[in-house]
Formats: sequence, structure tokens, C-alpha cells
Amino acid sequence: MKVRLGLGSCGIAAGGLQVLEALQKEMESRGLKLEIQKSGCIGLCHHEPLLDWIEDDGQVFTYGAVNAGRSVEILEAHLAGRGPLEAYLVSSSDEPAEFLQQQLRIVLKNCGRIDPESIDDYRRQDGYSALQKALAGMSPEEVIKEIEVSALRGRGGAGFPTGLKWKATREAAGFYRYIICNADEGDPGAFMDRSILEGDPHAVLEGMIIAAYAIGAEQGIIYCRAEYPLAVKRLEIAIAQDRENGLLGRRILGSDFSFDISIQQGAGAFVCGEETALIASLEGERGMPRLKPPYPSESGLWGYPSSINNVETLANVPWIIRNGGEAFAALGSRESKGTKVFALAGKIKRGGLVEVPMGTTLREIIYGIGGGVKAGRRIKAVQMGGPSGGCIPAELLDIPVDYQSLNNTGAIMGSGGMVVLDESSCMVDLARFFLDFTQKESCGKCVQCRIGTKRMLEILERICRGAGREGDIELLEELSAHISENSLCGLGQSAPNPVLTTIRYFRDEYEAHIREKRCPAKQCQELLKYTIDPDRCMGCGLCVYACPADCIKGGENNQPYYIEQENCSKCGACLDICPERFAAVRVPGT
Amino acid sequence: MHFCSKNKRPEEKSMLDAQLDLSPVLKIIEEKRHEKGSLIAILQQAQEIYGYLPLSVLKCIARELGIKPAKVYGIATFYTQFRLQPTGKYQIMLCQGTACHVNGSERIESTICQELKIKRGETTPDGLFSLESAACLGCCSLAPVMMINGQAYGPLSAEKAVAIIRKIKAAESLSLVGGEAQ
Ligand SMILES: Cc1cc2nc3c(=O)[nH]c(=O)nc-3n(C[C@H](O)[C@H](O)[C@H](O)COP(=O)(O)O)c2cc1C
Ligand code: SF4
Ligand code: SF4
Ligand code: FES
Ligand code: FES
Repeated sequence: MKVRLGLGSCGIAAGGLQVLEALQKEMESRGLKLEIQKSGCIGLCHHEPLLDWIEDDGQVFTYGAVNAGRSVEILEAHLAGRGPLEAYLVSSSDEPAEFLQQQLRIVLKNCGRIDPESIDDYRRQDGYSALQKALAGMSPEEVIKEIEVSALRGRGGAGFPTGLKWKATREAAGFYRYIICNADEGDPGAFMDRSILEGDPHAVLEGMIIAAYAIGAEQGIIYCRAEYPLAVKRLEIAIAQDRENGLLGRRILGSDFSFDISIQQGAGAFVCGEETALIASLEGERGMPRLKPPYPSESGLWGYPSSINNVETLANVPWIIRNGGEAFAALGSRESKGTKVFALAGKIKRGGLVEVPMGTTLREIIYGIGGGVKAGRRIKAVQMGGPSGGCIPAELLDIPVDYQSLNNTGAIMGSGGMVVLDESSCMVDLARFFLDFTQKESCGKCVQCRIGTKRMLEILERICRGAGREGDIELLEELSAHISENSLCGLGQSAPNPVLTTIRYFRDEYEAHIREKRCPAKQCQELLKYTIDPDRCMGCGLCVYACPADCIKGGENNQPYYIEQENCSKCGACLDICPERFAAVRVPGT
Repeated sequence: MHFCSKNKRPEEKSMLDAQLDLSPVLKIIEEKRHEKGSLIAILQQAQEIYGYLPLSVLKCIARELGIKPAKVYGIATFYTQFRLQPTGKYQIMLCQGTACHVNGSERIESTICQELKIKRGETTPDGLFSLESAACLGCCSLAPVMMINGQAYGPLSAEKAVAIIRKIKAAESLSLVGGEAQ
């Protein structure tokens, strides 16, 4: 038997390391020698910190919301034969959590199950058998063919067929070639790539080595976001292990193919996820996109043919080579093959990492896997594709996730961010949020993108402030058309999407802000004024304790309380805490 | 030592700058000089050493690599990772990713700003706290989240955030008093 701890970023954030420490101490004091395996993210992020108890026969019991004290309780129960401890159990091999049941895991197969810092663990899961198969029995052309048959499309956002990209890179003129893994994951609300890198780095490396073999690259670079120190650390360990084991370096596995990988850390610029900007950044310049063509497959890093592939795209490759392109193409829908990983977050009951076959409906993901929105709330929309994507309203939840169906809604598949919104989310505010993001991240090369997004942001800001004017919606639409038409790169071209989709599906919310100076979701702070109704206030004083600004005064001799407006930061804490039977705190509209 | 150079007069600042020991950055440059496109990596390592990128370090890099200071400065200001000002002893990173935003991170920000009397990107005059924002800290299921010197806190509410900050303040003033008593 052994213990396994989820120590991905969110596991650590939730207190995983304290659990580890407590367990180690407890075992030491008992003189117990039990293996504690450290793993990455299994995706049950809403139950973090997670602890698995694994019996010798392979039975797994997964415990959630574990802390130092509980981990010791669990240990005691199992050691005394009283396990499993039902109180904290969230999943087990006999009865997997609903969250995991409805998923199909190819990319995430090993995440949270193996120790990402152990190459032996990865090997036990068929790791590097695909590389062996490719090097021993397939020509580079055959590898590319297999990927073409699988119909794998890039998972970084644009959905370009991977086989075609590799072929173009292989066939381009040049005596040196690069394979670049795009691990810049810029969508602010998505963490698929990070979890893969943290939970199963060898899978990405194996995919990358196979890709290098297919296109004829001698050098690979992983461009990783600087905010992902744990991912970088685990990649470094994995690369070192590969070198020791003859999987990287000269004459890999005895073949005459030589290849090595280095890591370069990004420096915090969303636009550097765009492939030509990424190349500029690798060359030590400002990350500014350039005109395509020539495509990187013809002229990429230092002018050499380069294939740029997303983390998840590469992590699919070993599976495809092991099981064949046809097996992969049998999964998913007609146009979109295989699976897709989503980072499910927002106002969802069970958030985390989700991998489903393409063609699964949004409803199945949000309700079946995610358990719907939090108690008593109604789902309003789901945001997909981050700043380049859009909002899909609740009425359309029955559409399947495939590239075409999502594009039809005005949103995009994107890289996999899926943020669920309920009626407490203001759609105008959300559009403003994304425009604020793109406006700051615009590299400044194109006038329309640099200034157009700024003007759009100003309009959205004034609408949220209650200073919107008649005609603002039309102005936004007009600017959107200019920006998407006249921008060089995807950032500018897709920047208006969050605005256009919210206007398309939630025009009434824009109108309420503009005409009635009202925010139906009660989010736009400047349209809100918190007051305490003196007739309803019972003087319980709960709000006084809750108020972080110390601006609730009065209350002497059972008098009602009142709010000093000048200091109120409009945090809403008083509204939340005021007992329902009094309902004395008021905001416009309640 | 923690100081907020923003509040210093320019000549004072350049004095502080002039006293900087440049030998570690020279060493980095020596190692990387022959690598193509290594400017960003050099800046990253320099920031790791000094905690930020002092002007004298930028100038030194430009001089050593034989490129214009304007180019080095341009790159240092293009990427948000690079800071030209020192940070506070406690670096608060408040997540402003989508999941945190829809769970109310902006209200938390305005409350923290009110509490510390600084804006995003600034440092308190006593050099204790600086407030920065991040796009997704990767633990959206804990949203809204902030990180203080690498330690994550979530799910936050405005009160919780303020309570955490006040606790640090209290601990700091205690250790200060203790230090003086010794
Ligand atoms: C503004 C912008 C940001 C992007 N960010 C990313 C990113 O963070 N990760 C990524 O893999 N692709 C990103 N892309 C897409 C890349 O340009 C490129 O299409 C992708 O990395 C190719 O890999 P794939 O074919 O495997 O998807 C971005 C594109 C744009 C326009
Ligand atoms: S569209 Fe925007 S981000 Fe893209 S190149 Fe033009 S200015 Fe830069
Ligand atoms: S909204 Fe927040 S700051 Fe304003 S009175 Fe209520 S609790 Fe205090
Ligand atoms: S990081 Fe642990 S389940 Fe997500
Ligand atoms: S959006 Fe804040 S942690 Fe992801």
C-alpha cells in the first residue's frame, strides 16, 4: 500500500504541502515506512487537497479536502483496517466520482496518477513505447501520415491540422529545423497546459521527440510561461532523465536520430503566445507578431523552418502513434476528432480539469461533469476561448463542442478555458474585463488594435459607470468591424469577440446600463449604492463586523445602522451577511 | 533593505543605483554573451538577483552587449515580468483571471487598495507591501485567489483579504518593537 498526494499548483495552493509534512511526521513517529507518492493534478480541483490511499491490489480510495489532522485520521483508519473512511471519501476505484466517470482521458490519462518526477512511473504506463515504435519501424513520412489519418488539429486555439503543419515543415527548404512547444498558455482563466506539464511532462517530451523525428528537427525549444515555475522545474527534471536514458541527445535509442530540447521562459506577454511573436521573443526581441506568409513552417526561428505546436497537441501524439491514427479518428465528432481538455471554472459546483470526446455537448460537461451552478443559482452563459472567444448563452447549451458548432455561436473552441457564469455575472462588465485585458496586451504594432481597443474599452467603461449614451452599442459594433478587419494578428482580429457575442445574446443588459443606468446583475460598482433601510435594520450589528472598510456606523441603543458612503468600497459584504429575515441592506434593484 | 525608490528624489535614486554591485550581472553576461537572443534570459536572471531591474543594471547590460540602452529599456518595459522599481517585502499578487474576476476579485482589489492606500503596481511608503495583479494563478477552484510571497490564499472575500494583511502588519510591527528592545 502507499499514499499519493496531489501536489499540482492548486493542490499546493490548497495546502497540500502541509498535509505532506504532517504525514511524514506521523510516519516517522510510528516508525512506519510507507511510500508517499507525489503526483500532479487529477482534475478534481474542487476537492483539493487530495489524498489517495492505494492498496496493494491496486484499489484506490481518494479523499478530498484533506488537512493535516484528517490525513492522520485517514492513515490510522486504513492501518487499523477500518478504511475506507467514508466521511472524507470523494472517489474510489469501485465508485469513481461523477466528475471523473463521464470523462475520456487520453491526454490526462496519467495526470494525478503517476509521479511526474519519475521516468519509471511514466514507462510503466507504456511511456516512450510510441517513440520506440516510431524510431524502430516507421519512417518520418509514415509518422506524419499517421498523424494525418488521426485528423489531429492543433489545440492551441487555431485548430490547424497538425499533420499538415509537420509535412510543410519537413518539406520546406533549409538545412536546420526547429520544433517549438508553445507552453505560453495566455488565456487568463485556463490551466490545461500547466496541469499537463506539471502532471505528465514526459508525455509532452515524448510527443515532441516524435514530432522532431517526423519533421527532421535537431533542436527543440519549450517556450513556457514564466508564471509556471513548477512546470518548468518538472520539465527540467524530465529532460535530464531523458538525457540519462538515451531518449535525448545523440543517436536516440540507438538510431541515427539526434535531438535535444531546451526550455525558454516567457516574460509575461499574452501576445507572445502568437507564433510569430513567440519566435521574436525567442530571438531576444520584443514579442511583436509579423505578417504571414511566410509561415513559420517555411521561415521560423532564425529563419529556419519551424513547427510550433501546443502542449496538448503534442501530448496527444504518443497515444496516436501507439494506438494508430484510425483509433484516434474514431473518437469525437465528424469534423473534430479525438478529445479536448477544458479547464472548468467560474460559478460551477465542481470545477477542475475535464477531458471529453469532441462532440460532447456543453450541457453534458457543465451539468453531468461539473454538477451545474452553485446552489440556488441559474446558469446564464459560458465563456469559451478567453479574450479571443465569446459567451455562449444558456439556451445554446445543447450544442456539441466541435470547432464548427462553436464558431457558429460567435465564440471559439480556444485553448480550453470554460468559465461558467450565473445571473450574478454582468455581461457588460465581462466584456469590459476582456477588453481591458486585450487593450493592455496589444503589442501596439497595428493602429486599429492599439487605439481601437482603447476606444472600445473607454466606451465599455462609461457604460459600466452609468454614463453610456444612445448609439454606444452601434459604435462598439462599428469599431469591432474595423479592428478585426485591420489587425495583423489573432489578438487584434479576435479582440472584439467578447463584446460582439455579449451584444448579440445580452443586448438588453447593455440597454439597461445605458438607458436605465442599472446593472441587472449588480456587479458594476458605480451603479450600486449600498444603504441600510432604517425600518428593517434590527441592529444586530453583523454587518459592522463584516465591513472591511469600517464604514458602518450608528447602532447605539438599538438604533439602526447606516453606511458612510464616502468610505464604502462597495464590496457587498454587508448585503451578503444581513440575515434574510431582516433584508435591511439595499442596493438599487433589490 | 527595503526602500521605495519612487518616493526618493532622482539624485538620491541614482546614488542608490551607483552603489550597486554590478559584478553578478557581469558574470551572467559573460556566460550568455555568445548565445544568440539571450537578452531576455539575461534580464530575467538579473531581476532574480536584484529583485528588480535598476537603471544602472540596464545600462551595464547595454554597454557590455554593445547595444543601445534604448533597446534594452524597450524590451524591459515590453514584458510585464520586468520591474523597474523594487517591490515591497510582501508582494501581494491578486489574481485577475476570468474565474477570479467573476467571483469578485475587483472588489477585493478596491478593498485592499483602500486598506493599504496604494494602487495596483505600487508599494506602500514603508516598503512593506506591494500590490500586483496576475492573470490566473492556476487554482481557479479556489477563486478568488491572492498570493503573498508565493503562498496562496483562497477563496477570498474582501474581509478575509484585509484580515490577512492586517495580521502581517501586526506581526511586522511586533518584530520591529522586539528588535528595538533588544
Ligand atoms: C494572441 C494569441 C495568443 C495565443 N496564445 C497561445 C497560447 O497561449 N498557447 C498556444 O498554444 N497557442 C496560442 N496561440 C496560437 C498560436 O499562434 C499557434 O496557433 C499555436 O501555438 C499552434 O499550435 P497548435 O497548432 O498545436 O495549436 C495564440 C494565438 C494568438 C493570436
Ligand atoms: S493585432 Fe494587435 S497584437 Fe496583433 S500585431 Fe497588431 S497591434 Fe500587435
Ligand atoms: S458594501 Fe462593503 S464597504 Fe460598503 S458598507 Fe457594505 S460591507 Fe462596508
Ligand atoms: S492541481 Fe490538484 S486536482 Fe488540480
Ligand atoms: S482565474 Fe484566478 S486562479 Fe485562475
